[in-house]
Amino acid sequence: MSKVKNPYLPEMATVQEIIQETHNIKTFRVTLNNEERMKAFSFKPGQVGQLSVFGVGESTFVINSSPTRMDYLQFSVMQAGEVTTRLHTLQPGDQIGVRAPLGNWFPYEDMKGKDVVIVGGGIGMAPLRTLLLYMLDNRDDYGKITVIYGARSPQDLTYSYEFEEWRSAPNMNLVLTVDAEAPGWEHKVGLIPNILLEENPSAENTVAITCGPPIMIKFTLQALKKLGFEDENIYTTLEKRMKCGVGLCGRCNIGTSYVCIDGPVYSFAQLRKLPNEL
Amino acid sequence: MAKYLKNDDLGQWLSELGADYKVYAPVQEGDSIAFRPFSKGKALRIDRHATVGPKEILFPACEELLRFSYQKDEENPGRENIQVQVEENATPTLIFGSRPCDARGFDVFDGAFTQCSVKDSYYIARREQAAVVSIACTRTENTCFCNWVGGAPDGTNGSDVLLTPIQEGFVAESITEKGEALLAGSNLLAEATPEQEKEAKALRAAAHESLPEAPDFECMPEQLYGLFDNMDFWEKQSAKCISCGACTYLCPTCHCFNITDERQGNEGERLRTWDNCMSRQFTQEASGHNPRSEKAYRLKNRVGHKFCYFPELHKGHIACVGCGRCIKSCPVSLDIRQVVTSAKECRLPAEDNDNE
Repeated sequence: MSKVKNPYLPEMATVQEIIQETHNIKTFRVTLNNEERMKAFSFKPGQVGQLSVFGVGESTFVINSSPTRMDYLQFSVMQAGEVTTRLHTLQPGDQIGVRAPLGNWFPYEDMKGKDVVIVGGGIGMAPLRTLLLYMLDNRDDYGKITVIYGARSPQDLTYSYEFEEWRSAPNMNLVLTVDAEAPGWEHKVGLIPNILLEENPSAENTVAITCGPPIMIKFTLQALKKLGFEDENIYTTLEKRMKCGVGLCGRCNIGTSYVCIDGPVYSFAQLRKLPNEL
Repeated sequence: MAKYLKNDDLGQWLSELGADYKVYAPVQEGDSIAFRPFSKGKALRIDRHATVGPKEILFPACEELLRFSYQKDEENPGRENIQVQVEENATPTLIFGSRPCDARGFDVFDGAFTQCSVKDSYYIARREQAAVVSIACTRTENTCFCNWVGGAPDGTNGSDVLLTPIQEGFVAESITEKGEALLAGSNLLAEATPEQEKEAKALRAAAHESLPEAPDFECMPEQLYGLFDNMDFWEKQSAKCISCGACTYLCPTCHCFNITDERQGNEGERLRTWDNCMSRQFTQEASGHNPRSEKAYRLKNRVGHKFCYFPELHKGHIACVGCGRCIKSCPVSLDIRQVVTSAKECRLPAEDNDNE
């Protein structure tokens, strides 16, 4: 019999806590049922996992808790299709399957000693949160951190209960923006790329990381270029329809690169070498 | 070295092999020839290419990855526990009557599922227990182009034994140790005579001769990358495609799959099924975004994968075996040979000259 590990077999996990982030985003904190496995579980910021609702299917989500805080694994899920709709009906105590960690990660080692600009839009903040918490927990390793986080409205911002913690970290600039004026909103109003230009962070010895809807990424990239960022120092994390999550089922490729194993994190220098098929 | 098996003894030999293997062989089924479990007395159709290749024997069109069941927690009736089970059921299997192109398809599968960072345990379990006895083509069809993509009518890649049909029987050569054991295990096989070997050789040479001259595809990756943004080209090539996917299902190398759950009451299974990259849903994201929303993008990826991406990832090995099934069975006669030769002959715009 083959000794190869079955790559499709999920581990059983328990939903411990559910946070309603926005009208269509919930955050799930889960633990693996096998305590030994949970203790030994390790991953890097930016890696993803497949969540299973048995009988409905599997979908890919980034692990958006930090490896420095291992009480649980956290996944933020926007309701969009069948699996996410079913995930949104779960209650604490419910059982799901987890296959993780999968994929590559942010270059958090190479970023040490550098300033970091994080630009997130909507649910795109999920992977960036992992990296942000990791850097906050290793604060001395990184220079100035600028976070520009935007959503359509104040109600669409995820992790708002954490903004104080983020803001109070040393050498940290948190800039929040929404698309239109809203009652009680005291932060910026305007599209993310414009706010980014307004903040005008220095590109010198700085890495920029962006995640959000494709149209936001497109204009954020233009803004970053205007600010003098080189393609090598701009990273994003991509989404594709995925099934296997391990490079075998054949649908998430961009040319020779499979987003599930070679990604989801790419520098724009890498993306420029791949066929233009986002 | 080579052995000889009389036509009249073929059924008996397969019955003998049936003691150790589940034997599949091509038989007539309605309008088609397909690989089905062999039983004594069953008429074989080895006079021509099977309509459907043997791919599904090692990579079933639908297979169970796992079973799950929901049970009420005895201590907490509000909670459901889930049991997950995996059944390993690969058994020794012998594929008889594949053609060299079909067997080469398994070579591509080996690359895709075993020579990669995460390996497919289900395919590997079947592949390890499989023996492949192929029949060299002494007659080629006008849709055959194995020689274009690195194969040959008597190619041996992916096979354990290669049989060459001659007047009254077969000249049998072992390709692997497994194949050697297959040939050594039966008294029905005698040493082939020099005349028989000569006859086989001549027939094989004639088959080589009968194929059209092979274009050189070394430039294909460069051409296909160069044509990536030329959507006029891809729209023209894909204009008549109806995205039915017959090409992908019949292709000996197409290995893309879907994973879906089926639930009946408190239990169910997670299934893996063949998927079709020519379908719009293949890359449809829940957000509504689709990187290959039009058939032109899908054909570009399919041809790109076979003639550019897979070769780049697997030592130049083209992921097409030239069997011609996608041409023969295409309801609108889309011909991949025409697509790749058009791509090859396309003049790419000159590179920007940086020195100017």
